[in-house]
Amino acid sequence: MTIAELQEEIVDEFSMFDDWMQRYEYMIELGKSLPLIQDQYKTEDHIIKGCQSKVWVHAELDTDKLVFTADSDAIITKGIIAILIRAFSNQKPQDIIDANTEFIDEIGLKEHLSPTRANGLVSMIKQLKLYAVAYQTQLN
Amino acid sequence: MKDLGKDIQKIRKDFPILQRQVNGQTLVYLDNAATSQTPQQVIDVIVDYYHGYNANIHRGVHTLSQEATDAYEEARKKIQSHFSIGKPHEVIFTSGTTHSINMVANGFASLLKEGDEILVSAMEHHSNIVPWQMLCEKTGGTLKVIPMNENGELVMEEFHNLLSDKTKLVFCNHVSNALGTINPIEEIIDAAHNVGAAVLIDGAQAAPHIKADVQALNVDFYTASAHKMCGPTGVGMLYGKEEWLQKLPPYQGGGEMIAEVTFEKTTYADLPHKFEAGTPNICGGIAFGAALDYLNSIGMEAIAQYESDLLEYATEQLLSIEGLRIYGTAEDKTSVISFNIEGIHPYDIGTILDKLGIAVRTGHHCAQPIMDFYGIPGTVRASFSFYNTKEEVDVLVAGVKRARNMLL
Repeated sequence: MTIAELQEEIVDEFSMFDDWMQRYEYMIELGKSLPLIQDQYKTEDHIIKGCQSKVWVHAELDTDKLVFTADSDAIITKGIIAILIRAFSNQKPQDIIDANTEFIDEIGLKEHLSPTRANGLVSMIKQLKLYAVAYQTQLN
Repeated sequence: MKDLGKDIQKIRKDFPILQRQVNGQTLVYLDNAATSQTPQQVIDVIVDYYHGYNANIHRGVHTLSQEATDAYEEARKKIQSHFSIGKPHEVIFTSGTTHSINMVANGFASLLKEGDEILVSAMEHHSNIVPWQMLCEKTGGTLKVIPMNENGELVMEEFHNLLSDKTKLVFCNHVSNALGTINPIEEIIDAAHNVGAAVLIDGAQAAPHIKADVQALNVDFYTASAHKMCGPTGVGMLYGKEEWLQKLPPYQGGGEMIAEVTFEKTTYADLPHKFEAGTPNICGGIAFGAALDYLNSIGMEAIAQYESDLLEYATEQLLSIEGLRIYGTAEDKTSVISFNIEGIHPYDIGTILDKLGIAVRTGHHCAQPIMDFYGIPGTVRASFSFYNTKEEVDVLVAGVKRARNMLL
C-alpha cells in the first residue's frame, strides 16, 4: 500500500470512534503492538528531542525501502509513534519525503494534544523525514 | 481565624476562570505551583490602570504620571508590609524570582574570589542552580550541594558540615516546587550567619502559603513572584537588606538607575532605583499589590489551615490508589503532591487527566536533580490552592483511577 492509502486506512479506523476515550484506548493498544526497537539502538543518538517522554527511533534500509522501529517510555507516545510508523515504514525514502501529514489532523490527534506534546509529534515526523532524506542520498 | 470552608463558594466566584470548560468538563485547576489564578479584584485593578492612568512613572510632571507613580509606590509599600520588610527601598521590583536571583548572583560576581564557596540545596529549581554555576565559572568559586533524604528533606547535619569560613553565600528555597517540602530556613540562616555567609531564600513557592517575616528571619535576601500569589505574570520582588543592596553593583544600565550622567562618569541612583533600570512593569507592580490585598483579606493563616486540610485529604485519597507513590513526604510541606503510579509514565497520566478537564503538571518540574535522586523520569504534580475543594480532589482521584485502568 502507498503512504496515502495507509493514511486513509488509519483515518477510517479512527472515524469509527465516538469519543476521545475510545480513541485513546485504541492508541494505547497500538502502542503496545509497536514493532520494538532493538536495545542496541536505544541510545542517546536515537532519541528524538522535543518530547516530554523519551522516544527512540531507528531506521534501516531493506533493499530500496526504509524500515522504522521505535520505542517510548510513555504508552500514549508509543501509540502516536506506532501510527506514524504504520504510515511511513516500509516505504521508499523519496515517498516518505514527499508524503504529507494532514491525516494527523484528521484523526483528531494534533487538535487534542497540547503544544508541548504537539511539538513532540512534529519532532517525530521531522525525524522520520530526516532519516528518509539521509537514506535517499545514499540511494542516489 | 476564618474558616475558609464556609466561604469557599464565595471565594471561587472571585475567580472567573474556574467557571470555564476544558474538553467538555468543568476545569479542575491543580497546577497552582506553576501559576495561580487571578481573582476579579486583581483583574479590575489591571483594567482600571489601562482605562484610567496608564503612564510612565517617576519622571512625568503630568497628572497621569503622578497617579501611576503613587499607585506603584503604594504597591511597594504593600509588599514591604506583607513581608515585614524594614524600609520600602529594600523592596526591589523585578520581573519575577528568576530575575531576582540573577540580580543577586550577578552582584556577588564582584564580591567572590577563587576558593570561595556557595552552598545550594539539592532540591532547587533549575533557575536556582544555573545562575550560581555561571557565577562560579566567572569567579573561580565552588558550588556545593546540601543533600536531601528519601523523604525529600534536607540533611541538616550535612549542611552544618559543609559550612566553613569559605562559605560566602547559602542559597535555598523556602519551599520545594517539586516536592512541597518546607525547609528549615531559620536554622539555615542562623548557621550561615555564624560563619559570616549571606543567605538568599527563594520564596516563590512559599509565598502563596506562608507569610514570611524577613526581619524576624534575619534573612539577607528573599524573593517572590506575583503570579504564584494571585497576581499577574512578569512581576516579582527581591528583598535585600539595605547594607547588602548598597554593596552590590547595579544589575543593568539604563534609565531610572542613574543619578547623574556625564561621559566621564555616571553616579547611580539611590535604592531601590539603582536596581530598577528602565520602565518597569508598572501595571504588574500595582496588580501585585492588589493581589496581596486580596490574599490578606482572606487571611494567610486561614489559607494555610484550609490548604493543609486539603493536603491531608488529598494525600489520604490518592494513597488509596493501588501502586501510587508520593514523592516528598516531609513532615512540613505545602499543598503539593508529586506522585507516580507503578508501571505508568507520568506523561500518560497527565494526558488522560487533561482530557478529563483536570490540569496538573507532569515532567521533571525544572528540578531534574530531584528526579535523578529518585531515579524517575518525572512525576505528576497536583498542587492545591485555597480556592480548590475536596470535591475537586475527588474528581482528581477518580481521574487518576480512570487513567490507571486505561493505561495498565
